[in-house]
Amino acid sequence: MCKSTLPNQMGLSFDMDQGGDNAAAELVSHVDRRPRIGIRGRGYLMKFGTEIVALSLFTFAALVAAGFGMDEPFRQHMWVLFFVLLGFVGILIRNTSFEAAAPIDPSAYMDGPIRYGAIATMFWGVVGMLVGVVIALQLAYPDLNIQPWFNFGRLRPLHTSGVVFAFGGNALLCTSLYVVQRTCRARLFGGDLAWFVFWGYQLFIVMAATGYLLGITESREYAEPEWYVDIWLTIVWVAYLILFLGTIFKRKEPHIYVANWFYLSFIVTIAMLHVINNLSMPASFLGSKSYSAFSGVQDALTQWWYGHNAVGFFLTAGFLGMMYYFVPKQANRPVYSYRLSIIHFWAIIFLYIWAGPHHLHYTALPDWAQTLGMVFSIMLWMPSWGGMINGLMTLSGAWDKLRTDPIIRMMVMAIAFYGMSTFEGPMMSIKAVNSLSHYTDWTIGHVHSGALGWVGMISFGAIYFMVPKLWNRERLYSLRLVTWHFWLATLGIVVYAAVMWVSGVMQGLMWREYDEQGFLVYSFAETVAAMHPYYVMRAIGGAMYLSGALIMAWNIAMTILGYQREEEPMPGSVPALQPAE
Amino acid sequence: MDYNLMREFADSWGLVAMALFFVAAIAFALRPGSRKLADEAARIPLEDE
Repeated sequence: MCKSTLPNQMGLSFDMDQGGDNAAAELVSHVDRRPRIGIRGRGYLMKFGTEIVALSLFTFAALVAAGFGMDEPFRQHMWVLFFVLLGFVGILIRNTSFEAAAPIDPSAYMDGPIRYGAIATMFWGVVGMLVGVVIALQLAYPDLNIQPWFNFGRLRPLHTSGVVFAFGGNALLCTSLYVVQRTCRARLFGGDLAWFVFWGYQLFIVMAATGYLLGITESREYAEPEWYVDIWLTIVWVAYLILFLGTIFKRKEPHIYVANWFYLSFIVTIAMLHVINNLSMPASFLGSKSYSAFSGVQDALTQWWYGHNAVGFFLTAGFLGMMYYFVPKQANRPVYSYRLSIIHFWAIIFLYIWAGPHHLHYTALPDWAQTLGMVFSIMLWMPSWGGMINGLMTLSGAWDKLRTDPIIRMMVMAIAFYGMSTFEGPMMSIKAVNSLSHYTDWTIGHVHSGALGWVGMISFGAIYFMVPKLWNRERLYSLRLVTWHFWLATLGIVVYAAVMWVSGVMQGLMWREYDEQGFLVYSFAETVAAMHPYYVMRAIGGAMYLSGALIMAWNIAMTILGYQREEEPMPGSVPALQPAE
Repeated sequence: MDYNLMREFADSWGLVAMALFFVAAIAFALRPGSRKLADEAARIPLEDE
């Protein structure tokens, strides 16, 4: 490729995207040339030039904030931001060049951010699950609380945000960009916008995580980051919405495939939930403390309207988008009933949004609102099970693949857990049941059957499917290791959930036990002591799940590096396993 | 616009509008002749790559 520069009258330079040695190519190159301002005025663009300048300013602003911050945690947090940004600018400067950028094929899919997203999903998944095992051990052995940064109170939001927003969020981000391009047959909209969304989201994760460890929190469950991190996430999220919608608008496929509807509803609803639940007034422009716009019971209801819809739209709708694309792809069969998937979509949209008050049973929330939350939760049985049946029946006529394809097995287990946890959830929202289950470990067990079983397993399946395709590998490094992962994860969930059921029901019964004179039988500390063996078993279940994820990380890393493990094929499968086309 | 006004709107016209939209969306999905289009749409992911 020949690069040439031509001076022009305005003192600017030209940069040739394309060119050749022969005259015809030269001619074409003149047609294609576009005037650009070269940083050095020599016609060659500085790679990452704009990014480096903008990020340097951002880095400087962080330094200023670190100097003038009103409170110590804020200053520490801004130092973290400063060093993170400084490191990032350094990486960009080391990778810059002044050569003409390679031409971009506008008809090819943009998979760079998706590759990074797949790796980030794996990385944050392992981190988030590891922190989960650590806090499970802290509950069993309180001596493991290391003050002040690594006590349970600070590590717990690190775990929940780590698995929900860092692991789940990156899985949603990269799969949504993968799916929207392939079902719209269009390249991602907006040039480097996808890179901004990817790195912007990682910055949000780092700032949220380090903030928790420094003790900065809004104390709103699953919405703990303080106001300035919330504002940053809002910017990134709006960019994500533009990226996703823009790609849909330029689609070449006339119909918008149902997976994109689910992804879009997830992006739009999370934008709405995040903004409204985080309406607050900072105590200072350079401080880490803010106060909610709502108070009392309104504040509680806003929080749980947010909290439950984070479950409904982040952890359900988004991952249903994943299910509606990757299960048909891996099974190589269309979804069982497309019309059922549309009904599933609208029913989820119209019902989930009202279910939040079931988190506030027997509180100061008006009774009618509690009942409303309960009724809508119970109505959710229908679309949830409709969706589960739709996912499972996609395999009708291909059930033999369960024997030979551990990735399909993982996806089926995910859908089964989707069905189980969406059965359990409405049941627990019934007031009579809730009076026993609320505030106990039963809730924790329920959440983890949904999170580990549904969200985790469907994400693992999607990543196993995507990675060989993204890196042009013939197959995964090892299918046997996927089987190991499957069994470790499944048994880990079973141990975890079963232990938490027993522990939770015992806890609830001990709390309400009173003697013939009307006195409570057990003190709170006695109920905690009784749960110790269950806490130990829970940590074991979590460690099994984590070890499965570590095996996956190894498998994925070796696949990316281009290795193939020599191993016996899966029993009953053809010798060379074909990836689903 | 105070709370009571919003509340009254939400549990009357708002409720009716949302219920009608929901029913219309379901009816549209199940309308006669939609099966063929739906089957074609279901194949979108499989026709790629």
